[in-house]
Amino acid sequence: MEIRWDILAEYAPFFAKGTLLTIGLSVVSIIIGCILGLFIGLGKMSKNKWIALPFNIYVTFFRGTPLLVQILLVHFGLVPLLLGETNGITAAITALSLNSAAYVSEIFRAGIQSIDKGQMEAARSLGMNHQQAMRLVILPQAFKRMIPPLGNEFIVLIKDTSLVAGIAVKELLYWGQALQGQYYRVWEPYLTAALIYLVITFSLSLLLSKLERRLTTE
Amino acid sequence: MIEVQNLKKTFGKNEVLKKINVTIKPQEVVVVIGPSGSGKSTFLRCINLLETITDGRVLIEGVDITDKKTDINKIRTEVGMVFQQFNLFPHKTVLQNIMLAPMKVRKISEEKARAKGVELLAKVGLADKADAYPDSLSGGQKQRVAIARALAMEPKIMLFDEPTSALDPEMVGEVLEVMKQLAKEGMTMVVVTHEMGFAREVGDRVLFMDGGVIVEENVPKELFERPKEERTQAFLSKVL
Repeated sequence: MEIRWDILAEYAPFFAKGTLLTIGLSVVSIIIGCILGLFIGLGKMSKNKWIALPFNIYVTFFRGTPLLVQILLVHFGLVPLLLGETNGITAAITALSLNSAAYVSEIFRAGIQSIDKGQMEAARSLGMNHQQAMRLVILPQAFKRMIPPLGNEFIVLIKDTSLVAGIAVKELLYWGQALQGQYYRVWEPYLTAALIYLVITFSLSLLLSKLERRLTTE
Repeated sequence: MIEVQNLKKTFGKNEVLKKINVTIKPQEVVVVIGPSGSGKSTFLRCINLLETITDGRVLIEGVDITDKKTDINKIRTEVGMVFQQFNLFPHKTVLQNIMLAPMKVRKISEEKARAKGVELLAKVGLADKADAYPDSLSGGQKQRVAIARALAMEPKIMLFDEPTSALDPEMVGEVLEVMKQLAKEGMTMVVVTHEMGFAREVGDRVLFMDGGVIVEENVPKELFERPKEERTQAFLSKVL
């Protein structure tokens, strides 16, 4: 196997652009997914079954169906329905956000429910209302426990952005496929793409473990 | 100061409290004893509505806390609670644990809260632990911090839910000592405990609970030396 560096050099600017788009899609989807996820998680925890029901259905649907199917549904169905025509990047962000929100909501719920109920009782016994107790006592502790599973979810999401190459969004893998199409080469494009994904996800895990260490109280 | 009228509490079909009637006067120290499952902790937790009340009324300084219009958060600022498992906030230092509620609920300034916190830590003998995290303290120290945290709200009533039951034996004394001091200063206290020595020495009145009712109540000396009810006698013969 001989590596053709010349075609890699030719495609380097495209890989760079693709990498930026991959990072962009990931960051935006993670942010939207977290905000949506927090609301869905809180909704799922509602004591009122009728309020919790739609959130449960949401999570069941988005966890129980393949992301690729969701991307196709959003790209060819939902986005044209709402905007009149489809747009790859809008569809990609929408599908990735909706999907990760389902997972994030479960992480939030598990994190909050893992805090001993004595913490809530102690806070309430001091006269705090439910919201203060949540904000000052429960969430700061829950957040610390959420970091490792959230880190996993972010890494999964970054890797899953590669699926939107299927709807012609010009992210990292898209350019890999383009290179393969032009030169009929396999190793160069896909190994390069794999390596770049690895660098992104590995940097993120380093960052998260640093954050986790900083929040340790002892 | 506290009036409990026909208090009933059920968990599903399980009747935990059956028609409890008690009146507690200002500055009185009432000790509640009884076998586990007798409902004594539930009774205590009903006084600041940590348990919802199934039926009956609880009045704190004349205010009916079962009334939906009552602001329970306001009532709870007047009723401090100390838990068996301490329930300190692990993400905050000892001093921050004490300062949190006065600042966020009573809205006092940070300096005042800090001064109050330092004063209370000195009172419970832990002035040097202000910046430590709860995880680094022993059980007895944790419980003394928990008492200081409750006192920081300047409550009129203090509730103690088995405050020494989770402690190693050699640490029980230091916590009871703080509670004795508090009683001496005239705090109204309701204490659920298995420490019969404390009940006898500090209690103005002892309630013996069993099966969700108050079987017998009396001044400690009488109740311990001449229990009238058979169930009280049986219980005391096992624990004394």
